[in-house]
Amino acid sequence: MCLGIPGRVEEVWEADGTRMATVDFSGIRKEVCLAYVPDVVVGDYTIIHVGFALTRLDEASALETLALFREAGLLDQELGTA
Amino acid sequence: MKYLDEFADPELARGLLDDIARTVTRPWSIMEVCGGQTHTIIRNGIDQLLPDDVTLIHGPGCPVCVTPLETIDRALAIAARPEVIFCTFGDMARVPGSNGDLLSVKAAGGDVRLVYSPLDAVHLARQFPEREVVFFAIGFETTAPANAMTVQMARRLELTNFSLLVSHVLVPPAMTAILEAPRRRVQAFLAAGHVCTVMGMAQYVPLVERYQVPIAVTGFEPLDVLEGIRRVLAQLEEGRAELENAYPRAVSFEGNPTARRVVDEVFEVCDRQWRGIGLIPRSGWRLAPAFAEFDAEQRFDVGSIVAEESPRCRSGEVLQGHITPPQCEAFGTGCTPRSPLGAPMVSSEGACAAYYQFRRLNGPALASR
Amino acid sequence: MGHGGGGRLGAELIEHLFLPAFGGTGSILAQLGDAAVVQAGAARLAFSTDSFVVRPRFFPGGNLGDLAVNGTVNDVAMTGAVPLFLSAGFVLEEGLALDELGILAQTMGAAARRAGVEVVTGDTKVVDAGHGDGAYITTAGVGLIAPGVDLGPHRVQPGDVVLVSGPIGLHGIAVLSVRDGFEFGSEILSDTAPLNGLVAALLAAGVDVHMMRDPTRGGVAAILNEIAASSDTGVEIVERSVPVPEPVSAACSLLGLDPLEVANEGRLVAFVGRDDADHALEVLRSDPLGVGATAIGQVVAEHAGVVVARTGIGGTRVVDLPLSEQLPRIC
Repeated sequence: MCLGIPGRVEEVWEADGTRMATVDFSGIRKEVCLAYVPDVVVGDYTIIHVGFALTRLDEASALETLALFREAGLLDQELGTA
Repeated sequence: MKYLDEFADPELARGLLDDIARTVTRPWSIMEVCGGQTHTIIRNGIDQLLPDDVTLIHGPGCPVCVTPLETIDRALAIAARPEVIFCTFGDMARVPGSNGDLLSVKAAGGDVRLVYSPLDAVHLARQFPEREVVFFAIGFETTAPANAMTVQMARRLELTNFSLLVSHVLVPPAMTAILEAPRRRVQAFLAAGHVCTVMGMAQYVPLVERYQVPIAVTGFEPLDVLEGIRRVLAQLEEGRAELENAYPRAVSFEGNPTARRVVDEVFEVCDRQWRGIGLIPRSGWRLAPAFAEFDAEQRFDVGSIVAEESPRCRSGEVLQGHITPPQCEAFGTGCTPRSPLGAPMVSSEGACAAYYQFRRLNGPALASR
Repeated sequence: MGHGGGGRLGAELIEHLFLPAFGGTGSILAQLGDAAVVQAGAARLAFSTDSFVVRPRFFPGGNLGDLAVNGTVNDVAMTGAVPLFLSAGFVLEEGLALDELGILAQTMGAAARRAGVEVVTGDTKVVDAGHGDGAYITTAGVGLIAPGVDLGPHRVQPGDVVLVSGPIGLHGIAVLSVRDGFEFGSEILSDTAPLNGLVAALLAAGVDVHMMRDPTRGGVAAILNEIAASSDTGVEIVERSVPVPEPVSAACSLLGLDPLEVANEGRLVAFVGRDDADHALEVLRSDPLGVGATAIGQVVAEHAGVVVARTGIGGTRVVDLPLSEQLPRIC
């Protein structure tokens, strides 16, 4: 139960004392609540679940993970097991 | 979509699968806890692509599936009241109660509204001060911060017509129950990534230490799930039992302290019935006494609820991974998404629904190559 | 009642309630095409009806009026017929703004002219406020099938290639983007359009078309399942071949929907003979409405009645007949 999707923060404002944002998901824009991610700013990516940002997505970490995956594949090619 | 599509790349998937195949030398059984992960696995055919030695056991991580029958019946009773606007996630709309579901209440004239976020329910409460707005607050720890925030907002906005029907469930007690069960086949876990985004990883350390099971905090895209599987398999083959983070772009060890603070204020731990499984002590959250005025259970007297489960439903065994859905006699015949006996056949995260929707051929092989 | 969403529940209503009342097995109705093919004297006609109840009535890219005309034009055109005449029935709720009704009527007139059909008869009823949800429109359409044109499930064979005339999911997402409870900002416009031009082009070029359907409610998944069942063949598709625009994919990810189950109002799915697939794509792509046409799969003899997809990462899964209206999920 955890449909959390990454989106890019485009605009931030305050409504009734709560920090809100417009987040872009490849052309879809949704209004979400940033109350739980006070450090997130415009340009950051966040994980959105039921209209709330739960965390800043660590882009460097994402790229590292993908690089690791690529290595896993290459290693197998080198070992001749791919 | 950025940071989503890359984690479904078929070539990288091949690389991870090859690495897994190289690693595995004996049979292992791994449980993915979260229904979202079950969905990814079955939807993408991951279980078919893994070596035969690797068995994936689907866990009870579908909060829709485990919401107690009595709570569903209570929701139906409240939603039927003329003054109520009953707001719910789409997932809950067709979960069978003892007699009907929320959609049938809607068809009979009840004001049932599907919403994407609990914030939508707050907006409705402000928009319709003369109506009672109730939000069906189910979910794991992932969803609790959102639900908790609405209560705080309602207090701040001095709303008197807003309440939650709460049925939150917690993951670590469920994993403990599974580890304690006598017929335990699970040797390692994929922990639910977004639950850990909120709660952090500390709760899993004692599980690893006491039961000596590898646990990998795992995401939800195909590559994430493969990576979680790869990590625990490496541990199992090497005889290690550690807690690993296989979803570092969204999970840190400490989780989200802001979210946990709000959740700790608004909710308190309680015993919880898991539909099909039974009582798991201290496995749920309910509204703390300080917020009792927002508790729909206390606000609406719907009389006594006598919940009647179908005697043929074996969802408890499915949820604990003792049987796979096709092993249930009613699967696909007496129990289908159209007329479900239990919740796992109706929830898109439920194992029964996943098997019914994606696997009716029992592992279809493509005719073309 | 989840029966109106074009999936399994709707099918059951038809099978168990309407068919027994109207004709039973063996009747023309029992063929359950989107349009009926009937013989009237020397003429072979295609005859179809549909009711349009979309909420909200105005959405990015169109309105109820567009759907009411294009929907029936398309159902008639899918038989290979040339659509000619429409009827239009209106059930209007007391209190509906005349301005709005005016816009809907103008839209329908323009759509009819664009499609080359004429609205020749109609009816209007007004119901009490609270009893009609604004406006419902029912259109029926009739068209003429030229001699030698013979489309239908009986012609679908293993080896046939499955084509789609363009990117999918636009209409359903456009409507959802403005529906209460799920609003989101998007540039997506409904793809509502008349497809009779595309059909005529295919037939004029002599393409070996076996069957066509437009994937409206229930999306491509519903259509493929219905055709697999009615032709008693299996269908296999390759997920990566199915053209889904990024914003549609994003909206589906956000709401937990499957793009294959999202409604389209300006696309067709065609089953063509294997050797003619490239020719068919050439013809489609030279029409503005078919620019994104592509092959997505094929018909096989195995697993008759079941649609199977090769998933993005190389596994397989069944593409099921959608139950009913898709419910956005959070799980």
